[in-house]
Amino acid sequence: MPSVSASTSPRETAWARAAHDLAGGWGQRQLWAHLGWQDIRQRYRRSVLGPLWITISMAVTAVALGILYAGLFGNPLETQLPYILVGFIVWGFISGCINEGSEVFVANEGLIKQLPAPLSVHVYRLVWRQTLFFLHNLVVYVVMLAIFPQPLTWRSLAAVPALALLMVNGVWVALLFGIVSTRFRDLVPISQSIVQLMFFMTPIVWIYGDLLNSSNPTVAERARIAEFNPFLHFLEIIRAPLLGQDQHWRHWAVVLAITVVGWALTLVAMRRYRARVAYWV
Amino acid sequence: MVSIRTVDATVDFPIFDAKSRSLKKTVLGLVGGNIDSDAKVPVINALRDITVDINHGDRVGLVGHNGAGKSTLLRLLSGIYEPTRGISEVRGRVAPVFDLGVGMDPEISGLENIIIRGLFLGMTRKQMVARIDDIADFTELGDFLRMPLRTYSTGMRVRLALGVVTSIDPEILLLDEGIGAVDAAFLEKARGRLSDLVDRAGLLVFASHSDEFLEQLCTTAIWMEHGRIKEQGPLDAVLRHYKGIPEPAEPAP
Repeated sequence: MPSVSASTSPRETAWARAAHDLAGGWGQRQLWAHLGWQDIRQRYRRSVLGPLWITISMAVTAVALGILYAGLFGNPLETQLPYILVGFIVWGFISGCINEGSEVFVANEGLIKQLPAPLSVHVYRLVWRQTLFFLHNLVVYVVMLAIFPQPLTWRSLAAVPALALLMVNGVWVALLFGIVSTRFRDLVPISQSIVQLMFFMTPIVWIYGDLLNSSNPTVAERARIAEFNPFLHFLEIIRAPLLGQDQHWRHWAVVLAITVVGWALTLVAMRRYRARVAYWV
Repeated sequence: MVSIRTVDATVDFPIFDAKSRSLKKTVLGLVGGNIDSDAKVPVINALRDITVDINHGDRVGLVGHNGAGKSTLLRLLSGIYEPTRGISEVRGRVAPVFDLGVGMDPEISGLENIIIRGLFLGMTRKQMVARIDDIADFTELGDFLRMPLRTYSTGMRVRLALGVVTSIDPEILLLDEGIGAVDAAFLEKARGRLSDLVDRAGLLVFASHSDEFLEQLCTTAIWMEHGRIKEQGPLDAVLRHYKGIPEPAEPAP
């Protein structure tokens, strides 16, 4: 019988307790996997198509925006549409983790105050739910492959570790943002507006490579600034393999660096403030 | 060994009003120095100097007025709140029954809620499925278990929550007063099950305003007042003092 991590002992250091929280939450996989799936079913309760709506709405958005921006930029649809679609799917995951992450503990106030469970359970549940959304959206990608075949190679398999990295980052983002914005509630709207802004600053509807090589030097210059945008790198490591494109290793390096730094920060926050969350919610 | 030990544990709640729970003040505060009293977050001392030692087999009643700290104490004992100062040490698998509406999803069936609650308390799905019949039997909810939880009355929810916690063999059972919502016949049934459980595996802490329930379930008591322990000892003595009944229990005229 798995033991509930409610046992608290003064002999444990704060570090050990933080690690205990993360490991204990991981041990309750059945719980958060169930709840994450439940969340999705719940959202589409009583609707005939159910979670299929996730897939449909993604398809509609991607097709509409694909046609629109193909026209605006004068790009062929078979380039623009796959680019926008994959960008949207990945962005949905990233923005979901940040936006819902900043509210994760506030939204689970009831559970946190009623049941002694590791805090990380709520975060794993959130990231799992976002992953399920991602997988639902991947159906659209597969359909798109049939219409606009991409030059996929064995290197496209890099998308799998890329998604794993995205999930690992989703966990620290939700933990860190969750803790901080439970204390400072203003951070919820702040981070939401930043995420919205970043959508436009990140090459999702506009094609990064095209603008870099633009004949207009001003545009090329500005596009280069996107390198400082961390989201660009997260997007690239998964979009390039899915579209069968070559990618530069620097994107992976940046993502790995962010993963390490982010987790380090999060562990410090967990050590210092984990026990305070129940008081703050 | 199942036990709960606290030494001088204190629980202080910072109360952030809309203004102080924002970055603005912290940022400005760094620049401009402290703005006397309102720069500090007001704090509610919910629990003070709590020293308890509850062991295997103990059945402790919690008494005290509203706001005396009974529910907060239960949360401290369950490990939900770690003390802001002092020490608390909880050994054993905890199963709390506090606010009955929470931790249960009103839109899904009683059966599914049973499983989720069990998972929250550290059980596996398989273990919970194996216990469903037993819980259905005990709660007497029958076909209602297939209905969404929102159709349940308060008493039915209490039955469900009690059914779950008593079926999973917890070592530490913490009950808040809400369980008073069940009818007398069911409580009688629950009492047997609860005492069995405590005898077998662990300890019970039960907060209630009902002498009857307390006498049925508990042997010792803790009297809370203004966030402090006013008295701990045998149930009848504590109850007598709490009610202000003068010493040797004379039958009331």
